[in-house]
Order: sequence, then structure tokens, then C-alpha cells
Amino acid sequence: MAIMTYRDALNQALREEMARDPDVFLMGEEVAEYDGAYKVSRGLLKEFGPERVVDTPIAELGFTGIGVGAAMAGLRPVIELMTWNFALLAIDEIVNSAAKMRYMSGGQVQCPIVFRGPGGSALQLAAQHSQAFESWYAHIPGLVVVMPATPADAKGLLKSAIRSDDPVVFIEGEMLYNQKGEVPDEEYLTPLGVAEIKRSGTDVTLVCHSKSVSVALKAADQLAEEDIAAEVLDLRTITPLDREAILASVARTNRAVVVEEGWSFAGVGAQVVDLIQREGFDLLDAPVLRVTGADVPMPYNKFLERAAKIDPAGVVAAAKQVLYLS
Amino acid sequence: MATKIVMEALSPTMEEGRLVEWKRQEGDTVAEGDVIAEVETDKAVMELVARASGTLLRQVVAAGATVPVAEVVGYIGEPGETIDAPTSTKPAKEKAPVAAKAKEEGKVKEGEEEGEQEPEIEEEEPEGTKATVSTGDATGTGGRVKASPLARKMAAERGLTLGSITGSGPEGRIVKRDVESARVVPETTAGPPADAGSGPRFEDQPLSQIRKTIARRLAQSIGPIPTFYLTADVDMERAAEARAALNDSLGDRGRISFNDILLKALASALVQHPACNAWWQDDHIRLWHEVHLGMAVAIPDGLITPVIRHADRKGLLTLSTEARDLATRARARKLTPEEYTGSTFSISNLGMFDIEHFTAIINPPEAGILAVGRIAATPTVVDGAIVPRRRMRMTMSCDHRVIDGATGAGFLRTLTRMLENPLALVL
Amino acid sequence: MTTPDTGAPPAVTDLPRDTVIGYLRQMMLIRKFEEKAGEAYSLGRVGGFCHLYIGQEAVAVGTMAALGPEDWITASYREHGHALARGVSARAIMAELYGKATGSSKGKGGSMHIFDASLRFMGGHGIVGSHIPLAAGMAFAARYRKTNAVSVCFFGEAAMNIGAFHEALNMAALWKLPAIFICENNGYGMGTALARASSILDLSRRAYSYDMAADVVDGQDVFAVKAAVDQAVDRARTDSRPTLLEMKTYRYVGHSMSDAAHGTYRTREEVEEFRQRDPIRLLADALRAADLLDEAALEALVAEVAAEIEDAITFAEDSPDPDERELHTDVYAEPR
Repeated sequence: MAIMTYRDALNQALREEMARDPDVFLMGEEVAEYDGAYKVSRGLLKEFGPERVVDTPIAELGFTGIGVGAAMAGLRPVIELMTWNFALLAIDEIVNSAAKMRYMSGGQVQCPIVFRGPGGSALQLAAQHSQAFESWYAHIPGLVVVMPATPADAKGLLKSAIRSDDPVVFIEGEMLYNQKGEVPDEEYLTPLGVAEIKRSGTDVTLVCHSKSVSVALKAADQLAEEDIAAEVLDLRTITPLDREAILASVARTNRAVVVEEGWSFAGVGAQVVDLIQREGFDLLDAPVLRVTGADVPMPYNKFLERAAKIDPAGVVAAAKQVLYLS
Repeated sequence: MATKIVMEALSPTMEEGRLVEWKRQEGDTVAEGDVIAEVETDKAVMELVARASGTLLRQVVAAGATVPVAEVVGYIGEPGETIDAPTSTKPAKEKAPVAAKAKEEGKVKEGEEEGEQEPEIEEEEPEGTKATVSTGDATGTGGRVKASPLARKMAAERGLTLGSITGSGPEGRIVKRDVESARVVPETTAGPPADAGSGPRFEDQPLSQIRKTIARRLAQSIGPIPTFYLTADVDMERAAEARAALNDSLGDRGRISFNDILLKALASALVQHPACNAWWQDDHIRLWHEVHLGMAVAIPDGLITPVIRHADRKGLLTLSTEARDLATRARARKLTPEEYTGSTFSISNLGMFDIEHFTAIINPPEAGILAVGRIAATPTVVDGAIVPRRRMRMTMSCDHRVIDGATGAGFLRTLTRMLENPLALVL
Repeated sequence: MTTPDTGAPPAVTDLPRDTVIGYLRQMMLIRKFEEKAGEAYSLGRVGGFCHLYIGQEAVAVGTMAALGPEDWITASYREHGHALARGVSARAIMAELYGKATGSSKGKGGSMHIFDASLRFMGGHGIVGSHIPLAAGMAFAARYRKTNAVSVCFFGEAAMNIGAFHEALNMAALWKLPAIFICENNGYGMGTALARASSILDLSRRAYSYDMAADVVDGQDVFAVKAAVDQAVDRARTDSRPTLLEMKTYRYVGHSMSDAAHGTYRTREEVEEFRQRDPIRLLADALRAADLLDEAALEALVAEVAAEIEDAITFAEDSPDPDERELHTDVYAEPR
């Protein structure tokens, strides 16, 4: 297996899918001549030409809508949003058009489209550029929300997303682009809607996704030093949520902590907790706890920023609390 | 280090006990397991045994005192060992904790700093008390027991009563590890002792929606146990004839009473009507496959209900002997907890007090109790003529959450037929 | 206050008689459909929002006449007429208004969301202006696949003030997409007159910003509409260049069935004045003048159209509601 970055794994997925299917094209700001604001599309213009790697003006609503229209007409667009913060300008086309098209046409018109780009917090980018929006999209019936945590998942999930006949919100971790990991050499697809145990354990389940997976893994390392075996369950897909995997893990551990970068109110974790309490009530030995980002706009100052973000210590503390060890 | 002697929970429902009599005096040598005092629980007089060997250093409470469960009543230790505790207490019925008592009396060891009230003794609690320090009754008569959903499920699966487990979680929440480490409480608290019988001892029936609604609505209407009453008037003439014949043939091998015949008929009828031989378990109904009859016995200062195990499998004579023995020992307050817990149905007979008819209070979690009045000659129409017949009225109290009107009536009809045709009982 | 165009009456072109009678029939069909839809709404048979197209029929009919089956069409929520003109059956549309299983969207879309993918009628859309980028996207797909198709988008003049309009037109011009943007200027965005919402009144000038071809058309004259769209289609198919067409028209009814036809924002007299240039009457008069229509033929048309709409109503009334199981279908490709 090759070791590569998350960024290059995404690039490989795009390249493979564009080579495989002529209906797949990439559109967005700086994706072509600039080789991508985050270099995810590096080299694609050269390989596939300007008709399939399309630079747009700064007009998120417009080019997102154009992507949706092209998908309605049968193409498989990949719309790159330079960051998900800018997608707020385009959210009408994602929510009111893409997500609803199949339903309000009575199944006649589908939208096989991927909206992708980096999300979550970065470093000292302050309030408007460090936000986690997955719960907004996960709330919308008709959308699939995918958030890979590793290079291998990034590639396999993006390929599945491009082949999906549903609109997929594909949120990449801005802080994960340089993360390296093993990526299989042969072609593979990672199924949508399937969570993965990134580390097995018997004492407490740490439910996480995207960047919070690495936080949970570090927490699990620290817990292991105290003979606590934490299971790290990476959701990978937020919707459809892998309910079976969550409940099966909690059935083993009887305790859960849900970790996410986003704000707490009505976050992804709230949905996971709802599932566990509703369908796993008798499995629980303790209330499910959540570890989330602080409910504030992201501050610029690096100390304040650190305080606003999730960290392994917070996860360790929550895990001990559900184990009645604190 | 001295070992505390504490008031132990000697019955499942005991919250306090009266120290009737010290069997050993201060200075006596005691061995682990020796009886050191007699304690009157809410049900019986029980023995308090030494949990350590040594010398009985101190009787903290005097005979006659009533002490909450888990409170210290004395100390065992090495001869001459100093303990920081009062030398004696008033024999008053006082529930104040020992420490508070010591404070009141100001009996603090010379040289000790003020404020240190706790006796300087081994901190460990004697074995056997820890698991029985009650945080309430799991079935919900007292405060709600805090337990995790998992712990509740595990406890139910293991037949453990939550009230018998000490919680180690926040605010005493019982969690998985507490259930795992809990001593298996003697079966007596959960049900009758296991015996040689094969097959399942009972069947737990999930509550149907209508059953839940009936339970909720009726309980709202009348106390925690929505009770209704069914009365039958039974012709006991043939039962009386049968009894006379039986007693003739028995000679001095024993005597069968009307009560014994009632017990036999009741047990047989319950086998035919398992719906009445049941426990209300809050979230399900337990239909017993065994019949254990509780038999209310009046004792000088109250009432106790010893249990005849497997009454349905016993012959009249055995029943008779057992009932008499239990009643005798009940009056002497010598019953063990196993002998007065775990009944599946109860009977209360006040015929000997010349009571014509009464209703009895259900003994939860049972679903029914039969109240039996006197047998008296009553003008009865037989074949168009009025003749005197010996008749008896009996009233069944039914927990409507478990037993519906028709269910109870069907049971009572069977019982009546058995009593009116006692020969059927020998089949 | 806005005033009607005083342009010349429609000039009957050298189109075959059947074709021009066909336009008249389609416009009459739309009118009758909308009248009956309004009636059904008043009777509580049709729910939700219901926006009628009465007065604007020539725009839809004239435009569709210029298009081929390969072309893509998108419209706003006032789209019953466009769907009918494109060939979606009155039965399917009426059943959709009734929310029935036999409706064009199986009863899941309603009045604002009529779709027929087989006719490339890609929907009525409920968010003002949000379908303009979608139409540009279909034009993008047409060019991407190197087909000859054009994409036509109908919207009201009020949608021209929304960002999506500017973004889409800019990119359509920048990328030379085969798109035709048809602004149906009926004078009012709900109750707001154009002059109160737009800094310029000559809306076609908006196209200058994008160096896009534009035209102003008498939207009450079906022939003028067709001629203008013909030109735009040619521009799109041969030069792959988009066009903005401003169709001057008028709606005789309220914004939706729950809005008054006149009152606070316009007068009864104004509505009456515009009714003098009713597109159907103008066309009928022109056909009479050209000896292409007599009273008997007109009466036959009236009866025919009435029967078709009556049949659509009966069909909708008699159709079943969707099965409850339909609730969860069509959310995702695979039911969850």
C-alpha cells in the first residue's frame, strides 16, 4: 500500500472517476489554472482540459446552481466550494434545489452531484473561516453527508460519492489535507453509510467523525495507559447514519461519548445520543456524554482558539465520567 | 483494631431492628458465628451473630433499643483494646445514629480533640451488611432506586433486587459493576427456594398495551393496588361430611381441619387458574408454575404470613401438619425469612373468630388473597324445601392489574365446586 | 401604475392554418385550465399555493412553438401554462394540483412543482430566481455533451433583482451557454410594482452588463413571441450564445389564489385596461381578419377545450390519493 496524503488521495479519486466516466466534471473557484486553492485538483486541468475542469467566478450560488442544473440534465458534477463557509451563499441550491428535486418531481429527476470542499476549524482563521456545518446538511432529507477522516477513506468515499445518484455533501477536513496514511493500490470504493471501528475497545465507545477521529484516537491512547479500552467508531457518513454500528458498539461497551468539532446545540452528536437513548436504552450504564466545540464564534487568539476546540483531554475526562471513574 | 457489630438487615424489608436481648456480655469471649444478640425485625425475632472472634468490648446499645439497619450496636476486639465509644446507652427507643448519641452524651476519650466523634476503629463494615444497605425498594414502594438502564436489566436477569445493591455511581446510582459484584441475594428475597422440581418455575409475561392501560387507570383510581372483591357463598355440608369421615379413619394419626381442606382446594384451583397465581412486577406479570400458599397467622402484636411451599403437590395430611407447625412457630416468632416470603397467593381465615364475612388486603406482589369467614348452619333451599346446611362465605381480593373480573370469577367458581365436591380433591 | 403596450395587433405570418389555430387552442386550453383550477381551489379541492397564468398565455405558447423536443425548459411556480404548452397533459397537471397519485409528480409536488422529464420539462420551482442557475446548468450540460439543445428559463421580472439571476447570466455569457432567459414582465412582483423594485425599467438593458443579446417583446402577441424566441434559439444553436428576452405581459389575477386581483397595489381600471389586449382575443381577432377562423370554428374550439378540461377535472377527482408508502420513496435513489 502506498503512503499518501489525504489531499493526494482525494486528487486520485477525482482523477480516477473523471477518467472512468466522461460525465464527471469538476467546477469551482481556482480549481483549474490555479490547481486548486488547497491543491486537491492539482494536475487535473492538464489531464482533462478546461471543459471538464472549470474555473468559475466568485459566485457560489450561481455555479452551485449550474452544477445542480447540469446534474438534472444527466451529468455528474463535482462542485468544489473553496471552503464550506462560502457554501452559505449557495445553500439555497443545495437545500431547496438539489435535495428536493427527486421528491418534488415524483422521482422523475435526480441530482447526482457532489458538493465538496474543506470544512471545520483551521488555525487562527477566526470566526468566519472556522466552522463545522455538517449538522445543517445532515438535517436535510435528500442529502447524503460524508466526512472522511483518513486518506484511504477520503479516496474510497469520494469515489462512492461521485457514483451516487443522490446529492452528496462531502466535507473534507481542512486540517487533514496533509495527514498521511496508507491507501490501497488497487481500485476500491468505500461504501456510503457505513461507519468503521478505527480502534477496538470494550470499555467505552468514542463516536466521532472527520478531524474528531484523530482527537478520539489520541484520547484512546491516553485512556489505554490507565487500562481503559476505548473503542473509536468513525461515522464516516453522517447521513445515512450507521445506526447498527453505533448500537453494536454501545452494546459491547455500555457507554458512549460523542465527539465533534461543531457547536453543541442540535449537533451531530445530539442525533447520535438520541439514537442511543431511544434504541439502546437498556444497553446503557451511564448517560451518553458529548464533547463539542465551545458555543462561541471561533476566536482568533491562539490560546482562546485552543480553548474553543475539542482536545483529547476533554474526551478522556468525558470517558472517565461515563465509566464512573471521576 | 476493633470490629463493629452493626444492626444487620435480617429481613428483606427491614429498616430497623429492636435489640431484644444481648446473649453475650461485655468482656465475654466470642467466636465468629456465635449468637451475640436477639433482634426483633419487622417479621420475626432473629439472631445476630458475631462477624469476628475476640472479646465483646462494648455494648453500644442496651437491650430494648431500636436501631436503624447498619448502625453500630457494639464492638468486638482484643481484651483491653481502647475504643472511642460510649460505655453504655439508654435503653430508650431512639433512632438517632450512634455518633450523634455519643456527641449528645459527651463521652469522648480523655485527651481526644473535640469534634472527633467517630470511634477510632476499623473502617471496614462487617461483611454481609454492605450488600444489604437498602437505598430503597426496587419495586417502588419507597423512593425510586437510581440505576442505569443496563444495571436494571442485568439485575432483573439475575433475579437481584435493586434495593439490595449499593450503587457506586453519582448519587448512589447502581451501575453495571455494582450488579456484577453484588452478592447473589438468597432466593428468598426474590422468590421461593429452588427445589427438585423440573421445568421453568414461572413464566414472565410481557404486559400488553391493554394490560398496561388497565394497570395505570385502575391504580389511579384506587391506591397503588387497584383491588376489587368477589364473594362466593359455599355449601360446606359435604366438605364437613368428608372431614368427619377422614378424621374417623385417621384416628390418632392426626386431624384435618376445615382450613386444611381450604388450603388443598385453593392450591388445586390455582393450578387450574394460573392467571390468579401471579405476581405484579411493574413491567410484566409473573405467572407462577408453582403454588406457594401464604397463610395469614395472627401473632400477639401483629400478623405474619408463613408460606406452604408447593402446596399443590402435597397431600392433605402433609398440608395439615405443615400448616400447624408453621402457625405454631409463627406465634413463637421463630420463623426464618425463607419461611415467610415468596408466596404466590395467600389466604386469611377468620372463621375461628366467628367472622361471617370480611375482605383481606393483598400481600404484594401477589395478585390475590382469599378471605374466609365462619362456617355456620344456614337455611338453604334444597329440592324446594328449606333445610339447614353448613355454609361459608369467602371473598377474594383481586389486583385488577393482573386479574380481571371474569378471571377471578372463574377461579372462584372452580374453588367453590371443589369445596362443594371434596371428593374431587383426591383425584 | 403601468400601462399596456399599444403595439400593433398580431400579424398573422405565413404559418400553416393548423399551426396558428393550434396556438389559439393551446392558449384557450391554458385559460380554461387556469379558470377551472381557480374554481377547484375555491372549492378546497386544490390546496397550498396556486399561481394562475391568466393573461400571459401567449408567452408560453409562442416560446414552446419555437423549441424542439431536445430542449430543456425550467419555469417558476406560475408554470401550469408552460407545462400545458410543452405538451404535459391537462389530466396529469390537474391531478397534480389535486395531489393525486396520477399527478405529474405523483402528488408530491403540487401546483408549484410540475415536472415531466420525458418532455424535458424540468419543473416549476418555488424559490424566486433559484431556477435560473439550474437552467444555465442544463445549457452547460447541453454544450458539455455537444448536443444541439438549448435551455429555456421562464421567470418573472421580480426575479431579476435576485443574485442568482446575475450570477447565472454572467456565467452563461462568459461561458457562451445555449440558454434563453425569458423574463415575463407582468408589472408586479406579487404586489410590488416594477418601478418600486428595480432601478431601471428597461429590463432588457440588464443584459448589457453581461454583453448578452437581448430583446423586448410584446408578450401578448404570440407571433411576436415566437419570432423573438426563434431568433434566440438560432443564436444559441449556431453561435452557442445566450439571450435575455423581456416579454411585456400582464396577469389579470392576483399573485396567487390567496391574493386579490387588485386593491392596494393596482386598480380595477388598470386590470380592465390590460384586458383590452387579451392575448387570446388579439389572436382570435387576427385570425378572423385573415379569414382563418369563423364563429363556428371558434365555438367548436371552445367546446373542445372545455371538454378536455372537464375531463381533466373528472380524472383528477376520480384518481386515488398516493399510497401512504409513497411518503418515504423518492427521497433517495435507494429507499432507506
